[in-house]
Amino acid sequence: MLDQTRSPLPPLPGVGFKPQHYLDLLDDSAPVAWLEIHAENYMGAGGRPIAMLRHLAERFPISVHGVGLSIGGDGPLDPAHLARLRALCDWLHPASFSEHLAWSTHESAFFNDLLPLPYTAATLTRVSNHIDQVQEVLGRPMLLENPSSYLAFKESEMAETEFLAEVSRRTGCGLLLDVNNVFVSAVNLGLDPRAYVEAFPLEKVGEIHLGGHDEDADDAGRPLLIDSHGRQVADPVWSLLDHVLARSGPRPLLIEWDTDVPDWPVLAAEASRAASALERIPA
Amino acid sequence: MSTILKSAAIAGAFATALAAHATSASADEMAQEKCFGVSLAGENDCAAGPGTTCAGTSKVDYQGNAWALVDAGKCAMIELPAMADGTARMGSLEPLERDLPMDS
Amino acid sequence: MSSGASPVAQATFREALLRPDAAVPEGLGDGHGGPAGRRFAVYRNNVAVGLTDAVLEGFPTLRALLGEEALRAIAAPFLRAHPPSSPLMFRYGAALPAFLDDFAPLAHLEYLPDVARLDLALRAAYHAADATPLDPARLSELPPEALAGARLTLAPALRLLRSPWPLYQIWQLAHHDGPPPQARAEDLLIARPAFDPQVYLLPPGGAVFLQALARGAPTAEAADAASAETPAPDLPAILGLLLQGGALTDMELPR
Repeated sequence: MLDQTRSPLPPLPGVGFKPQHYLDLLDDSAPVAWLEIHAENYMGAGGRPIAMLRHLAERFPISVHGVGLSIGGDGPLDPAHLARLRALCDWLHPASFSEHLAWSTHESAFFNDLLPLPYTAATLTRVSNHIDQVQEVLGRPMLLENPSSYLAFKESEMAETEFLAEVSRRTGCGLLLDVNNVFVSAVNLGLDPRAYVEAFPLEKVGEIHLGGHDEDADDAGRPLLIDSHGRQVADPVWSLLDHVLARSGPRPLLIEWDTDVPDWPVLAAEASRAASALERIPA
Repeated sequence: MSTILKSAAIAGAFATALAAHATSASADEMAQEKCFGVSLAGENDCAAGPGTTCAGTSKVDYQGNAWALVDAGKCAMIELPAMADGTARMGSLEPLERDLPMDS
Repeated sequence: MSSGASPVAQATFREALLRPDAAVPEGLGDGHGGPAGRRFAVYRNNVAVGLTDAVLEGFPTLRALLGEEALRAIAAPFLRAHPPSSPLMFRYGAALPAFLDDFAPLAHLEYLPDVARLDLALRAAYHAADATPLDPARLSELPPEALAGARLTLAPALRLLRSPWPLYQIWQLAHHDGPPPQARAEDLLIARPAFDPQVYLLPPGGAVFLQALARGAPTAEAADAASAETPAPDLPAILGLLLQGGALTDMELPR
């Protein structure tokens, strides 16, 4: 089984790469030690995106984060898309590849969103088979990320943590723990985020995500958090991160900021906060 | 036109174009290698197109009414008569499809 | 967790996702024992707002001409009729020109489909394969007969658009506050000298010349094709644009 405690990404802060930060990163990237990209934005034939990435990969470990494989889809994985992922990994040699526990494609229509899954035996089999296929095509283990949930499937038969642990056990894949997603899902579905963390197989975690969320309300006036990646990471999420790190030890920590992307100093300050979280892990 | 005359005409066209190019090209070349991060001449990177997302949004979809919105932008400044032959030549664009098929 | 509850097929989820008036699938709950209700709208908004934003980002010239609100109003029915067919979002919207051809509210703006094609061509050029431009010295060294028989290779980023509308002037108006366009047909060359696609107005005969080169015709044959369309094609100007745009990458000489 894969030992994710020796992640090829350094157990330091990273950020999701945005082209507007390219020159800032080359100028002074501190405290950012690695970068994450969305695979699908670098699947063109050439031009600036590929040239930038090629150059950055000489300076930083790169994590490739797929958003379009639809691993939870009820149809087969798209072989053309798998081939594109393989081609990207073949030239880039990324330190890590990760994808989501979600679906986004149905009968060739791609919705550009991470859509939710029921946690059933049938879903477990399907997701595990798809992950086997991805790992076989890429010739490397992948990390699977826990989603942000806004609703629950009445047909679900097991907890998300149980589902993810079993997928990892069956496929040997590692896990990407998005701590903001844990918090968002817990608030939205009335669960205890610390209990989620305690039930999570932390030894399988090869990377941690942190991002900002928006606050809304449901029909009953209960808080409904939305994983918008458009602001600073919320304070209770930082606290939850401490809870995770105290149990998991140091892990690569990624700041995701995808909408209303700020100037570099604001993003670098978030990465500094992640660095502090790593430094205060109890011995 | 004889083959020789035609060859001379084409060679002349190339010579003119190459001479003009030589005087304008060298200035740009040095700047090109390092320009990934900044778009040239103040143009923004609007040709990049949309990217992916793994985030949600708290913005609400609002379906506007296209019938009520026409001619609001700069298109109000465009007044074009029907084509000279009185027909709109629909679909007459002939793009050269290259290595990147643009599926949707 | 109640096993045996009504399963929600992805086909059902998808159906409700794109139709705001559709009922939320019954098997979805709020996690507190109630129905999902407006929680389902989070996914609806993610998809509709996300794809609307993709149209706004992907068609900057349409946006500049119509304004953001009007383009959003076009995007709403478009994204439902034509969701992306690939996770490569930078390709999204290939169906928009044909959609605009039949879009009744804007039928009087007959040039709009061509504007959408221009935005798509610029995007395709932006992401096209890299190619080193042909060294001009290789051309200038050649004797006249060899030049006339040379077959020029065009860069992967090169695109040609022939419009019955003044598409170049419309593009100038949209992005550079050019004057109101005068009616005429215009042919556009899109090329990418470095990383930023450039839009060039082709002189008469230029499009035919390029189409001949793209077919693999030698330059003399391409010049003939251009002369057949227009009395005296400005070959130096046409070749100048190709050199300026880095649009020539190689050549094959006659034996």
